[in-house]
Amino acid sequence: MTLTGFFLQLLQLSIALLLAPVLVGWVNMCRAWLQNKSAPSLLLPYRMIRKLFHKDAVVAKNASPIFRLTPYVVFGAMALAAAIVPSLATDLPFARAADAIALVGVFALARVFIALAAMDIGTAFGSLGARREMFVGFLAEPALLMVLFTASLISGSTSLPTIVETLAHREIAIYPSLAFAGVAFTIVSLAENARIPVDNPSTHLELTMIHEAMILEYSARHLALIEWASALKLFNYSCIGLALFVPFGIAERGADWQAIVAATPVLVAKLAAGGFALAVIETLSAKMRIFRAPEFLGTAFLLAVLGMLVNQLLGG
Amino acid sequence: MTSTPLWAQLINLLAALLLLLAFAMLAQRRVLTLIDLFAAQGLALACSTGIVAYATGQPHLYWSAGLTLVLKVVLLPWILHRLIRKLDVRWDVEGLINIPMTMLIGIVLVVFSFNLAFPIAQLASTVTRATIGIAMASVMLSFLMMITRRKAIPQVIGFLSMENGLFFAATSATYGMPMVVELGIALDVLVAMLILGVFFFQIREQFDSLDLKHLEKLKEGE
Repeated sequence: MTLTGFFLQLLQLSIALLLAPVLVGWVNMCRAWLQNKSAPSLLLPYRMIRKLFHKDAVVAKNASPIFRLTPYVVFGAMALAAAIVPSLATDLPFARAADAIALVGVFALARVFIALAAMDIGTAFGSLGARREMFVGFLAEPALLMVLFTASLISGSTSLPTIVETLAHREIAIYPSLAFAGVAFTIVSLAENARIPVDNPSTHLELTMIHEAMILEYSARHLALIEWASALKLFNYSCIGLALFVPFGIAERGADWQAIVAATPVLVAKLAAGGFALAVIETLSAKMRIFRAPEFLGTAFLLAVLGMLVNQLLGG
Repeated sequence: MTSTPLWAQLINLLAALLLLLAFAMLAQRRVLTLIDLFAAQGLALACSTGIVAYATGQPHLYWSAGLTLVLKVVLLPWILHRLIRKLDVRWDVEGLINIPMTMLIGIVLVVFSFNLAFPIAQLASTVTRATIGIAMASVMLSFLMMITRRKAIPQVIGFLSMENGLFFAATSATYGMPMVVELGIALDVLVAMLILGVFFFQIREQFDSLDLKHLEKLKEGE
């Protein structure tokens, strides 16, 4: 790893860390607009995180070290994933460190730790949320892998930078397989990021909650890290989606810091469009019963597998 | 992959859409939505036939595209809607057994038919030969739909959508059948629909329901 590479990676990571809470704020803002409410500030998630960092943390008496460790592990995993995902440039030192399958593994690591921490305290809500999270996770993960395999089949590599470079430079053509994979990926990211048809991100008071139920016991800096990690997760999924399906405007091999700075407005524009689409989906759909989730995610798996099969048959 | 003409790409896209609609029909519980899906499948079929007609310059395919449009997008759904209104089963919801399981069986069927069609497709010389597999898969999926459904109307829709799959194989893979054959098949489907409509009324008259499990009681000597 050269010094320049290290510096560029640091630049990309800090842009990702800064953009992630804004993305969450933007989605909330769009959702409020669509529902005819006055929107909260774009910077509200920042203020939230700052406020939480200034508070004193309360930890339950019977909490084990796992409970204290989890926020750091989850945040670390999401930050690592943000460094791996080619959001601004493809030729960064970390991007070559892990391929798409390992990336799914990093997400799984965060999931396992947050579920363990939720069960650690022994509250009813915590274990309920953890069980549901694993339930959704085991349905969503195969679908996500299938989506990544479809893109890998087209580009002939499981390494995300290679996929992006191949997809960005192919001839303009209609790829039914990519369309299938795109819809499947949308469904998976809705489920993974605790968004509306599967979970509701804006409620603490429902028996139906999944993600919120797991983090009920956290406070102060722990909660801040977890919230920031969820924002990063949304950012990562959005960037994977953009890299696979709209891979234009990403700085490529041999890029210097100017190219990365130039790629930032493109990324912001794409994220803004994606966030708005997410808000539209969330406004238009109602939360489904938890036992309908297998059907919903089964559809994603089906679409992803169909995308792969169609790709094999039609040759792209 | 690099030199596929635009029309062939469009055919491939429509083929994929056809397959997707077949899966959607497999999973759909409501009868009314099922009919809409069937009409959408007819529309995709008519579009693909029209594109093949334009690309190959065969005028009789325009006729067959028009015929598909009139018959499968307008006439048959209209007849079905009218039947449903008359039979008063508008809100019929079917208790399907385990949709994810059915979907998995569907995926297995798709893999099977893709494998089956692959050697056949190698023999064909048309650009869109790869779609034979998809056509065969949608025929298989319609079969599956007829097997898993217990009510009469979804079974009939399964039968009709099977014909869609066959027709798609004929147009996209071999650029159409002779006009006489196409007219014959179209007429067959129409007549079958009318006769089955009469059957619906007879079945309901006998059993007060369109659930076909009652037909098992028809054995003699009971």
